[in-house]
Amino acid sequence: MASSSTNSPCAACKFLRRKCQPECVFAPYFPPDQPQKFANVHKVFGASNVTKLLNELHPSQREDAVNSLAYEADMRLRDPVYGCVGVISLLQHQLRQLQIDLSCAKSELSKYQSLGILAATHQSLGINLLAGANADGSTTATVRDHHYHHHQFFPREQMFGGLDVPAGNNYDGGILAIGQISQFQQPRAAAGDDGRRTVDPS
Amino acid sequence: MSSSYFNYTNSPCAACKFLRRKCTSDCVFAPYFPPEEPTKFANVHRIFGASNVSKILQEVAPHQREDAVNSLAYEAEARLRDPVYGCVGAISVLQRQVLGLQRELEETNADIMRYASYLGGETASVYGDRRG
Repeated sequence: MASSSTNSPCAACKFLRRKCQPECVFAPYFPPDQPQKFANVHKVFGASNVTKLLNELHPSQREDAVNSLAYEADMRLRDPVYGCVGVISLLQHQLRQLQIDLSCAKSELSKYQSLGILAATHQSLGINLLAGANADGSTTATVRDHHYHHHQFFPREQMFGGLDVPAGNNYDGGILAIGQISQFQQPRAAAGDDGRRTVDPS
Repeated sequence: MSSSYFNYTNSPCAACKFLRRKCTSDCVFAPYFPPEEPTKFANVHRIFGASNVSKILQEVAPHQREDAVNSLAYEAEARLRDPVYGCVGAISVLQRQVLGLQRELEETNADIMRYASYLGGETASVYGDRRG
């Protein structure tokens, strides 16, 4: 965490038009080559609120805090109504849909597994599964019928092509920023919270 | 809930109560920060500041302001609970869950394909034997 260079104020001090001191709290996190980052954070949260937030944190946590604030600010400016709560809502919807699809796929798989066992058993016993192959002339087309069902459980393109955003909502930042989020360390409040923090914005 | 909203006669909204000012009939906060929910405004004020919230509300259409306030309140509360990550922490968790389920679904589909091929092969071989 270096302080601002000799002649280059940080983005915050440049924005605020003040002298960038060596102990400037913003300097380590708002480099002069990223002016938009501070501008966004300032517009949504305000400089004094950000200062208070940073001062309440340990120095080792401040970079992550600034980056998450920058993300929130960016999302709020792209979507003034929902901000990143819209992203949460979308992800929850994706999660629910995936759970349904996975449940169906597992159910289908278990049928195949049963058939697989049945087929292996029948073959070992020399029993023919084909229609018209039974000794009594009855037809058994069970195996072929299931071939027509498996395609519906393949991942649908619109679900897995990043965030599926309806036209008109500005979630491009959300799609681009997913890569940014992966840089965050394990959120301490979320550690072990998988499934518990299923948020439900009103 | 628009500019025609009139405040309760003797009860300022939570925002004006917090800011210790007179709650006028055209108060921009009054429709969304009722006096019985003081924490909502306190949180939003602490994280975003009253003037920023006011600017955001003025930028969105009146019918969207309630949703805007509620999402701001949610974000503020999340940030107070987790000052480092705020609601971005929840996004991170959800993304990991989505990726995990996507992988599991792909694996399950691959298994289905394998069984389908196996059973199709078994069927064909039996059929071929019958033909031959």
